[in-house]
Amino acid sequence: MSGISTKKIGVLDLQGAVREHIKMINELSAQGIPIKNPNELSGVQALIIPGGESTAIGKLMVKYNFVEPVKEMASKGFPIYGTCAGLILLAKRIVGNSQPLLELMDIEVKRNAFGRQKESFETELDIYALGEEKYPGVFIRAPWIESVGENVEVLAVYNKKTVMAREKNFLVTAFHPELTNDFRIHKYFIDMIK
Amino acid sequence: MAKEGTLRVKTGLAEMLKGGVIMDVTNAEQAKIAEDAGAVAVMALERVPADIRASGGVARMADPLVIEKIMDTVTIPVMAKVRIGHFVEAQILEALGVDYIDESEVLTPADEKNHINKWDFKVPFVCGAINLGERTIMGEIRRLQNLGKEELMTVAKELQAPYELVCKVAETGRLPVVNFSAGGIATPADAALMMQLGAEGVFVGSGIFKSENPSSRAKAIVEATAHYNDPELLAKASKGIGVAMSGIDISELEKEKLIQFRGW
Repeated sequence: MSGISTKKIGVLDLQGAVREHIKMINELSAQGIPIKNPNELSGVQALIIPGGESTAIGKLMVKYNFVEPVKEMASKGFPIYGTCAGLILLAKRIVGNSQPLLELMDIEVKRNAFGRQKESFETELDIYALGEEKYPGVFIRAPWIESVGENVEVLAVYNKKTVMAREKNFLVTAFHPELTNDFRIHKYFIDMIK
Repeated sequence: MAKEGTLRVKTGLAEMLKGGVIMDVTNAEQAKIAEDAGAVAVMALERVPADIRASGGVARMADPLVIEKIMDTVTIPVMAKVRIGHFVEAQILEALGVDYIDESEVLTPADEKNHINKWDFKVPFVCGAINLGERTIMGEIRRLQNLGKEELMTVAKELQAPYELVCKVAETGRLPVVNFSAGGIATPADAALMMQLGAEGVFVGSGIFKSENPSSRAKAIVEATAHYNDPELLAKASKGIGVAMSGIDISELEKEKLIQFRGW
């Protein structure tokens, strides 16, 4: 059975923490596939845009014509999950003058909102959608979600700032589950695949 | 509740830089060109390595004013260099809010015996390495993978490295830190070569701003690093980007001038 029903999840492989996401997906008995070219998107049922530098990933996405294919995937209801830089790339609005890229999720994002590297931190988060047990939040030069649209569900808050949210088939975290050993967010995302 | 400066947060930033290009810049204008080209970070320094070599004398940490201007200009991480062993230069960079400190053999070493104790800092460090005890890195890792436990013990002794660490490297086939390649990278092909050989990202020193057209060369190197295994794309990226830096043939450098052997 598993051979046919294994869920295939693409991880955008232009820059950033790709390997860690793939490892987590594979350990959850799904298949993680690095995506280097837009034509590879047709082989997956969901997409992760990983952490990295949002400016670098964004430029390469434009250069290699990823924007339209990803938007098309989104409109068909395929789940898309953005961590950190991925969150910034999925947002409709960015505080300041930076240009949003995919404009898919109804959130306004502030880049590097928690500060520079010396302010990067780890903390324990309450994410009730995942159960009672605290979730290890690893924040690295992290953004936060300044405001959300009415159809966006806030899933985690830290110091009154939204750090995890979902709208329909879009999931975002300001922190990095792929740097931890807690698989619950990846499982939650895989379960979003219909 | 929140813990800053943890190992996971320090190594985490390096994980985020993977597959990317870190470019040496000496002022805010260059930093902007680097960011616009898709650099994942910039290294702020007073002179690029080729000029340090040409001018001689003692090379030190860059002027904080220059570093600050660069930090104000770009949103990507900013790194800066300190002399080997000069922990006060490192304290100053941390106070400035630099995102990564490079204890660099490119500058003149301040301490002939000791490196900086990194655990005293919340900001993470980059450190040069030429072998597993510190560039023959991938070859040495493959050699480790063929050794038995007792041989690994001997290797640990020879390298003066912790035995558990040597075993872990042998088992996983990779270093527990992110391995970026640096030195002499001047073309998109150079960057892709390093990536194919196992580097997880590249530093470009003099290669960009000593070339004829820094902006197009920087963009091409970024593309080549992301698509290092795609020769057709590499061919396209390498076209018409102007003349590369002139460079020096390594075999014409006297041994004392080879900076890779600095540090201990």
